Amino acid sequence: MTSVGATVKEPGSSVKNKTGSWRTFKPILDKEKCIDCVNCILFCPEGCINKDYDIDYDYCKGCGICAEECPVEAIKMERE
Amino acid sequence: MDIPEKEFLAPGHRACAGCGATIGVRLALKMLGENTVAVSATGCLEVITTPYPETSWKIPWIHVAFENAGAVASGVERALKAQGKDDVTVVAFAGDGGTADIGLQSLSGAMERGHNLIYICYDNEAYMNTGVQRSGATPYGASTTTSPHGKESFGENKPKKNIPMIMAAHGVPYVATASISYPEDFMKKVQKAKEIEGPAYIHLHQPCTTGWGYDPSKTIELGRLAVETGSWLLYEIEEGEFKITYRPLERKPVNVYLEAQKRFKHLADKEKEKIQNYVDQVCAELKI
Repeated sequence: MTSVGATVKEPGSSVKNKTGSWRTFKPILDKEKCIDCVNCILFCPEGCINKDYDIDYDYCKGCGICAEECPVEAIKMERE
Repeated sequence: MDIPEKEFLAPGHRACAGCGATIGVRLALKMLGENTVAVSATGCLEVITTPYPETSWKIPWIHVAFENAGAVASGVERALKAQGKDDVTVVAFAGDGGTADIGLQSLSGAMERGHNLIYICYDNEAYMNTGVQRSGATPYGASTTTSPHGKESFGENKPKKNIPMIMAAHGVPYVATASISYPEDFMKKVQKAKEIEGPAYIHLHQPCTTGWGYDPSKTIELGRLAVETGSWLLYEIEEGEFKITYRPLERKPVNVYLEAQKRFKHLADKEKEKIQNYVDQVCAELKI
């Protein structure tokens, strides 16, 4: 295959760059309190909260949107 | 609303913590699905998602110059058509600079020619990638590095260019405004844009923590305040029919939106009043 310009052939390869190291505050989710509203999943800029509400700390930058948008305050931001 | 689980934008991208653009793109791609080709103009999105030799995109994606996202998306659509691949969705993502200023002519051409594509403008209201310079979509009063506030100036002195209405004037089948803070509304509009034959334009309002000056955790809150104060309107124009898709129960004063951001901190009461009057006038016309 001839490449024209700069071609990246591996889809989603930015996963090599673990942005979790940027974080100062870490979101901790209390699954007992969680009401499955999907707010945190939808609003995460990294897309690093899965359908079971597990947060992937390899990529979480600690922006705190999930904690801010949680309607039942199930997510607390804790200093690393 | 059934929201697809699959993600087409991988993490590891270099967006600022609390970036609104990546939220918008994630949500749009969920609805568009894997059978999609994306085109991006130069801008934040291009820089943060594709630091060579990496990419965050899990679908075919092309970066083009600032001014020709509309032209390249048109070409991709025609090439796919020539190959008989009618089931592939073509989407262009460009920022407000790449849409309202630099890319306006190629976008206008694409809309005029009637290509079957979706153009999504992620509007953070300035050139954020290069250091917050004003664009045609910067709102009145906002301080940017090229419309700074000071003794001689109160910030941006021109109103925000109304791009969705310029697109509507092309007579395209679908034009909509949206906000990342109202994901269901936005995703429904993306779904509609996908189903409609012909050009569709979605103008997505998207707060920017770096350029607007607020805490990264408040990105969604700021987008909500813009809509709740009437500073940003959610509507769609389908086959020429205008419809407001969300009405705030009680419109909040614009002050709560302005005062939450550093870019409006310098505004004197008389400027804020001017902004409120303008918002009141627009909302009165639309009964919001």
